[in-house]
Amino acid sequence: MCLGIPAKVISLDENGQGEVDYLGTRVKTNLAFIENARPGDWVILHAGFAISRLDEEEARETLSLLREMADLQDP
Amino acid sequence: MKEFRDRRVIAGLLRKISRQARRAGPPVRLMEVCGTHTMTIHRYGLHPLLLGAGVEMMSGPGCPVCITPDAHHRAAIGLVTRRENLVLAAFGDITRVPTTEGSLQTAVPAPRSRVQVVYSPQDALETARRKPESEVVFFGAGFETTIPSIALAVKQAAGQNLKNFSLLPALWLIPPPLRALLDSKEVRIQGFLYPGHVTAVIGTAAYDFVAAEYGLPGAVAGFEPADILLAVSSVLDRILRGEPGVDNEYRRVVREGGNPRARALMEEVLEVTDAVWRGLGFIPRSGLRLRKRFQGFDAPGRFGLKVEAASDELPGCRCGEVLRGVISPPECRLFGRTCRPEAPRGPCMVSPEGSCLVYHKYSKQ
Repeated sequence: MCLGIPAKVISLDENGQGEVDYLGTRVKTNLAFIENARPGDWVILHAGFAISRLDEEEARETLSLLREMADLQDP
Repeated sequence: MKEFRDRRVIAGLLRKISRQARRAGPPVRLMEVCGTHTMTIHRYGLHPLLLGAGVEMMSGPGCPVCITPDAHHRAAIGLVTRRENLVLAAFGDITRVPTTEGSLQTAVPAPRSRVQVVYSPQDALETARRKPESEVVFFGAGFETTIPSIALAVKQAAGQNLKNFSLLPALWLIPPPLRALLDSKEVRIQGFLYPGHVTAVIGTAAYDFVAAEYGLPGAVAGFEPADILLAVSSVLDRILRGEPGVDNEYRRVVREGGNPRARALMEEVLEVTDAVWRGLGFIPRSGLRLRKRFQGFDAPGRFGLKVEAASDELPGCRCGEVLRGVISPPECRLFGRTCRPEAPRGPCMVSPEGSCLVYHKYSKQ
C-alpha cells in the first residue's frame, strides 16, 4: 500500500487541490504537502495525495550512473 | 526512464553485486522492510538472480494490512454489522482480510449500513459531507506514507465541523519494529533496504539508530528493479568497508529531512503510543493515536469499542513468522493448498504486497 506513482501537475488552487496527469489520465490530487507546487512539476502520487516532489536533476544523475554501469560492464 | 528496467543495466549491477557478495562472504542476508519492494523483487525475478549472486533477500513487516491485528478488523466488522445507518469506509484490500468472524466483504451490514471501498481518505470525508444523516467511519490503516493524508482528513473534518466522521486508527510507524526484530535476534540480518515512500515522509535520519546501536548498514531504495539493485550494492559496499550508516539511493524522491509539511501535520493531529502488531506483538511507541483535541473523531471512543489485540493467530496461519522474516511463505503448510489468493486464510495472502500473495503470484509452483 506504499505504492507511489510519478505524475505531472496540471493545475492547482490556493487550497492545494489540483489535478495531475498520470499516463494521460487526469486525476484529482491533493497537493497540500508539496511546497510551492506549480503546473509542470513532477510528483509522487499516493492514495490521492502528492507525497513528494520528483527531482528531475537527481533522476538524470541516477540515469547516467545506470548507463555507465551498463556500458562499463559489457564485454 | 526505461533504463531502470534495462537488461544490460540489471546485468551490470548484478555482476557488481556478485563480486561484492563474494568478498563479504555469501550468502549475505538483507531484509527489504517494505512490501512494495517485495513486489518489485519478485515481479521482476530479482529474488533468484540475487540469490545466484550471493544475496538472500528476506521480506519484512512492511505491509500495513498484514500487520494490523485481528482485533482492529473485528472492530470494523462489528461496527458495520451491529450499527444501523453507518458507512464503514476502507481501502480495498483490507476488506478481504479474513478473521474468525469473516471479513468486511462477507459481513452482512446492519440495516442502512454498508462498506465503502475508497481510494483516498478524502473519499470518506466526501461521503460524510454528502450523507449528514449517516455515521461515516474511516478504517485508516497505514504507515507514514499514508498517515499524513489520514491526519489531514481528520483536521478537515474538525475544521468543517463534520460531526458524523470518525477514524478507526490502525496507524503504524516503520522504525520501531526494526528495533524489535533486531532485539529478538530471531533472524540473522546483515543490512536493510529501507522503504522509499515512508522515508520520503519521515527522512533518512529515522534509521540512524540501526547503524549506531546495532552496527548495521542500510539504504533507502526506490521501486524500479535498478533502484533495488543500486541499494543492495550500496549496502554491500558498507558491509565491506565496515562502515554502517544510511545511504539514500532514491534521491530523486527522498530528501534527508523527509517532507516537513507532512511531518508537521502528523505531529499536529496525532501522538505516539504503544501498539500491538500482528506477528510482532507489543512494540513500545510504534503506533499513533489522535491527540486530545481531536478525540471527538476517534471511532473507538465514539462507539465505545475496545480494540485490544490479544492472541490473534488464525488457525494454521503462519503470517506472523512470515512478517518477522523467520520463514518464507512456501514453508507454511497452508500456502498454495488451502490458502490461496481466491480463498485467503490470512492477511499475507490478501494484500497485493503481502509476502504470501507475492510469492504465490510470481514463483514457480
